[in-house]
Amino acid sequence: MSTQRELDDLVKAGYEHGFVTQVESDTLPPGLNEDTIRFLSAKKKEPEWMLEYRLKAYRHWLTMEEPDWAHLKIEPIDYQAISYYSAPKKAADGPKSLDEVDPELIETYNKLGIPLEEQKALAGVAVDAVFDSVSVATTFREELAKAGVIFCSISEAVHQYPELVKRYLGSVVPHTDNFFACLNAAVFSDGTFVYVPEGVRCPMELSTYFRINEAKTGQFERTLIVADKGAYVSYLEGCTAPMRDENQLHAAVVELIALEDADIKYSTVQNWYPGDEQGRGGIYNFVTKRGDCRGDRSHISWTQVETGSAITWKYPSCILQGDDSVGEFYSVAVTRGHQQADTGTKMYHIGKNTRSTIVSKGISAAHGQNAYRGLVRMGAKAENGRNHTQCDSLLIGDKCGAHTFPYIEVRNPTAKVEHEATTSKISEDQLFYCRQRGLTEEDAVSLIVNGFCKEVFNELPMEFAVEARKLLNITLEGAVG
Amino acid sequence: MLSIKNLHVEVDGKEILRGLDLEIGTGEVHAIMGPNGSGKSTLSYVLAGREGYEVTAGEVLFEGRNLLEMEPEERAWAGIFLAMQYPVELPGVNNMSFLRESVNAVRRARGEEELDAVSFMKRVREKAELVKLPDKLLKRSVNAGFSGGEKKRNEILQMALLEPKLTILDEIDSGLDIDALRVVAEGVNALRGPERSFLMITHYQRLLDYIEPDHIHVLAQGRIIRSGGKELALELEEKGYGWILEEEAAA
Ligand SMILES: Nc1ncnc2c1ncn2[C@@H]1O[C@H](COP(=O)(O)OP(=O)(O)OP(=O)(O)O)[C@@H](O)[C@H]1O
Ligand SMILES: [Mg+2]
Repeated sequence: MSTQRELDDLVKAGYEHGFVTQVESDTLPPGLNEDTIRFLSAKKKEPEWMLEYRLKAYRHWLTMEEPDWAHLKIEPIDYQAISYYSAPKKAADGPKSLDEVDPELIETYNKLGIPLEEQKALAGVAVDAVFDSVSVATTFREELAKAGVIFCSISEAVHQYPELVKRYLGSVVPHTDNFFACLNAAVFSDGTFVYVPEGVRCPMELSTYFRINEAKTGQFERTLIVADKGAYVSYLEGCTAPMRDENQLHAAVVELIALEDADIKYSTVQNWYPGDEQGRGGIYNFVTKRGDCRGDRSHISWTQVETGSAITWKYPSCILQGDDSVGEFYSVAVTRGHQQADTGTKMYHIGKNTRSTIVSKGISAAHGQNAYRGLVRMGAKAENGRNHTQCDSLLIGDKCGAHTFPYIEVRNPTAKVEHEATTSKISEDQLFYCRQRGLTEEDAVSLIVNGFCKEVFNELPMEFAVEARKLLNITLEGAVG
Repeated sequence: MLSIKNLHVEVDGKEILRGLDLEIGTGEVHAIMGPNGSGKSTLSYVLAGREGYEVTAGEVLFEGRNLLEMEPEERAWAGIFLAMQYPVELPGVNNMSFLRESVNAVRRARGEEELDAVSFMKRVREKAELVKLPDKLLKRSVNAGFSGGEKKRNEILQMALLEPKLTILDEIDSGLDIDALRVVAEGVNALRGPERSFLMITHYQRLLDYIEPDHIHVLAQGRIIRSGGKELALELEEKGYGWILEEEAAA
């Protein structure tokens, strides 16, 4: 067996979460116009201001053009062929408690390894589950309420906490920001809202699992996390989708706001369906994630492990407005099969003594294409701003690619920006050495890849790190006999 | 233990080994010497199962099994260990974890229980002490940025932990200072026993002072052209290889 063959087999892993759940759902026919938006808003019984916000975004969206795809090859998207709303029927009015959640859904989440029943839930992790367009269950709410933490679906927040939503929604990612963020503002279906009040350390990890189930639907979730002065919260996001031959669009917006001395840690393990070996199907993952370090000494940290999706286009960013604020970005992005990823971050240094760290690990296997795109901007007032960027690529096989596009803009002479980049390949020498010591080829690849990603995995909360490691192994292992 | 008959090996269409014969009995220590480029490392790679070495004729039996049919890891499980002339670096892979993965992989394959973290640590510390490998090297990435001598000691540490039946040492002495050479030799001698065999590849008589071989062979032109006892090494040290090659040509 040639090494190339073996490597090909190695990377031909199956997708574990490809099942479809049979639930009756309430799905809007495909198409997008003002009526669709009115329907959607009415369905959710939204107040007038929310509908206005959506319509304003929609009208602006009509004037915008799709970005021209940097380093991605993309089939044109027909926005009229997508359904903008799909809800499991029984959950359409929003479940009041877990007892009201469709047992099929609970079963789905169990299959995904996300037990919604509180007694089974991971100790200390509160879960919000978003199924197609609707949030179906949020766990541990009472315990969180005691600490004063608000953790609910964004639809619910629109009703219950309109002042908070009005103040913060769109304040980091305005609807005019980009094509997909604008579309999201017009049609976002659901998502999670978190508010941690002044001085409160959120007593548990908060977590959302997103799942796209219906065919031909898009998922446009919206997440808004606000940490008030001196507050701390760690938030985890996981996602999967069934295997389908057509591409499905996922265009989410995540906004984080950290006030003075606040600290937000946002971790993602993204495992959307990547498409098959020939590159048919899979999720288009076009996401705008941005954190605003609004207060002095605030801290926002993004950690992402991206293994799924046919195409990933996302740049979790930090706006470092507050003096002495800190932004971090730790990323592992894996592309195999015909997956494409164009991901990275943007660090906007505005305040004095702002610091940022970027650690990006790209792994490409089979025909995977992986691009790191990062912007570090030191504004005119960013006295003593510091950035360190470490950008490493690992290639497995010789048909894949890695590309690095760092953009650096420095407008303050006291600021310092460092950029290091490496590209390496798992060599036959390394595999032979490992095998001579008794490791199988799979074990060897997994060991080397895990070693390569260590700095990023170390940033993940414990249970998530274990999951991420497993996911990575499943992604890269395969049918080696 | 190991029986090589009429082994022919090609690399990139070029014949490197041309009818090599070698028998290594259980508990024996053999040394192979020979000019640069004569095929010594090639032999060691073929025994360990590295890709790219095409066996065009001959057979290799290890404890009666056809070695050439086995995958590299299967050979490791069966008890073959190769200390490489140029140990490979594994950046990012913690040395201690690698040792553990390796030992447990071999144990699993042999149907033995995996070692728990505590007893494993204890064993590593003990063996590391034996080869005088500083603790800090256990915490670093496998061989990454190790000095030449450190790499060699790390190989011997792996050997000591895996307790192979047949150890092939490819120029374990190259790049070692005199103290390190002694330490490495002690590591090997500690493992020596009636059930283990060794095949040492070296250019220098000095190693053989520390690890005394039972047999010495000269590999040249892709074959073993002379075998003998310790006195052969002394003769080679004094006269080089020219005279044997001449005698061979005349024969
Ligand atoms: N991958 C390869 N491609 C081409 N030639 C090779 C390859 N590997 C080995 N050779 C050639 O095979 C011959 C034997 O090499 P080998 O490394 O076995 O020699 P050696 O006896 O170990 O030498 P030294 O004493 O210098 O270590 C050399 O001529 C070498 O160039
Ligand atoms: Mg050699």
